[in-house]
Amino acid sequence: MSKELIHLSDISKSFDGQMVLDELDLKIHENEFVTLLGPSGCGKTTTLRILGGFTLPDTGKVFFDGHDITRVPPNKRALNTVFQKYALFTHMTIAENIAFGLKIKKKSKKYIDDKIHYALKLVNLDGYEKRMPDSLSGGQQQRIAIARAIVNEPKVLLLDEPLGALDLKLRQEMQYELIRMKNELGITFVYVTHDQEEALTMSDTIVVMNQGYIQQIGSPESIYNEPENAFVADFIGDSNIIPATMIEDKLVSILDTRFACVDTGFGHNTPVDVVIRPEDVELTAPSEGIIQGVVTHLIFKGVHYEMEVMANGFEWLVQSTTMYPVGQKVGIKVDPFNIQIMNKPESEDEEAVAIDI
Amino acid sequence: MKNAAKKIYIALIFIFLYAPIATLMVLSFNASKTRAKWGGFTFRWYASLFKNEVILKALSNTLIIAFCSALIATVIGTIACIAMSGMHRRTKAVILGITNIPMLNADIVTGISLMLLFISFGFRFGMGTILLAHISFNIPYVILSVMPRMKQLNPSTYEAALDLGASELTAFFQVVFPDLFPGVLSGFLMAFTMSLDDFIITHFTKGAGVDTLSTKIYTEVKKGIKPEMYALSTLIFVTVLTLLFLVNFSPTKKSNQTGID
Repeated sequence: MSKELIHLSDISKSFDGQMVLDELDLKIHENEFVTLLGPSGCGKTTTLRILGGFTLPDTGKVFFDGHDITRVPPNKRALNTVFQKYALFTHMTIAENIAFGLKIKKKSKKYIDDKIHYALKLVNLDGYEKRMPDSLSGGQQQRIAIARAIVNEPKVLLLDEPLGALDLKLRQEMQYELIRMKNELGITFVYVTHDQEEALTMSDTIVVMNQGYIQQIGSPESIYNEPENAFVADFIGDSNIIPATMIEDKLVSILDTRFACVDTGFGHNTPVDVVIRPEDVELTAPSEGIIQGVVTHLIFKGVHYEMEVMANGFEWLVQSTTMYPVGQKVGIKVDPFNIQIMNKPESEDEEAVAIDI
Repeated sequence: MKNAAKKIYIALIFIFLYAPIATLMVLSFNASKTRAKWGGFTFRWYASLFKNEVILKALSNTLIIAFCSALIATVIGTIACIAMSGMHRRTKAVILGITNIPMLNADIVTGISLMLLFISFGFRFGMGTILLAHISFNIPYVILSVMPRMKQLNPSTYEAALDLGASELTAFFQVVFPDLFPGVLSGFLMAFTMSLDDFIITHFTKGAGVDTLSTKIYTEVKKGIKPEMYALSTLIFVTVLTLLFLVNFSPTKKSNQTGID
């Protein structure tokens, strides 16, 4: 992995007595696309604002390239932010918007003009120099906000749910645009979103947050395939989270039925949670299944059918390209490799448990 | 039938509202000295009005007071709005309520209390006290006009300016103020009109020998109404009307369509 660029060290922050971040510790590397993912109120935006210098942490330090920048004001940081609602200056033209930061840095007119031209080309909005922000669509305004940030050549670009206000089609287009821009510019992106699909599509690293704690840090694949706790499993995609008992290594009892699995080291007869993705549940003839159940719901979703199967008192969510009608008796099979075992939280409070990195 | 009734009703309302002013305006052009009969059209009263040094002095006093008090109240009111926008919601509601009370307060109460205040602090009555009084009653109008604009501001634009390297002052003057300006301008014009218009508060806070137009007219009227006063009143009405048009058709109206969200 490349050089460490940002280190948020033991950051805590509360607003009006409400804990928003609790001893958060996070390292971000050069050229990384890091996504802070979590439900609203999980502290992801606060983390970004602390990085940008708009919010002071109560305790902890922010290091940038080895220097402590905790108390450096936003206008002196080598970071630029793309705000949620674009925050374009409505009384200025697009060119003036983009030139704003450069004019403050007293760059030459020639340099500024070149930069404007380059930035507009990068965001595919050539020829929009003289337009006013109000005359642009949401997607275009978003791109101008990105252009305005990147002309300052920041080392890190902070993006606060930049695609939140766009419709689905445009959002998907912009996701690819952002990946392209990131590769072209070779800078670090720190991206905040609550949209798990967006996070999986774009990121090198995903930081799943909840209630001020980091739940898991990892690549999109590891977050999706090996969630470390029920929160991550539940938040990233659909999943069946079932209380179970680990009988011994590679053998787990789910709903009083023995399933082979691949995990080891949980001890004997330990209560655990298992995660099984709906696409990993195989439906068969009743006699071939490990447990038997009855289909209770059926929805056609386009790519696949989504079914709910009642088996041993648990409603299994199943996605399959084969259709089983409601009322049909079926068997359920799961490949040992697709059973993900997680430690049970020891109490309610610890569901949002801090994980050491 | 129903439509005709509606039109007559509206006409009645307008006659009721504007007949007195229309009468005044017509009489200001009446060549005859008595109000009872029409003696032909004339500009004589306007001409003699502008030759009347006392009236002109009062006019210039009025304009100076109106301009200065509106300007100072606009600065104070705008700064107050900025401060309030940073406050906690409940504190803001309380402070906003407090600033609104002087507007509802009877002018005579405001006038007398300002007079008592000036006396107890040993102020010399004159232009200075009128100015202070006008600033104090103008501030709420400025706040009333700037605050809605303030609420529509996207708070991120200020942060975006900082983010791009601007200092706090640069960010305010280049990014926030232009967005506030329509509200600030209409606040200024409203304050100007209010000051121009005021009689009661001025009456209690002016010193002997210092007069604004409204207090001058009052004194003149006591001596018997001269047609010059019709001309003067007509001029004041037209000025206020013009300012009102400016306030209502200034760019503030546009803001409703470009609000955030």
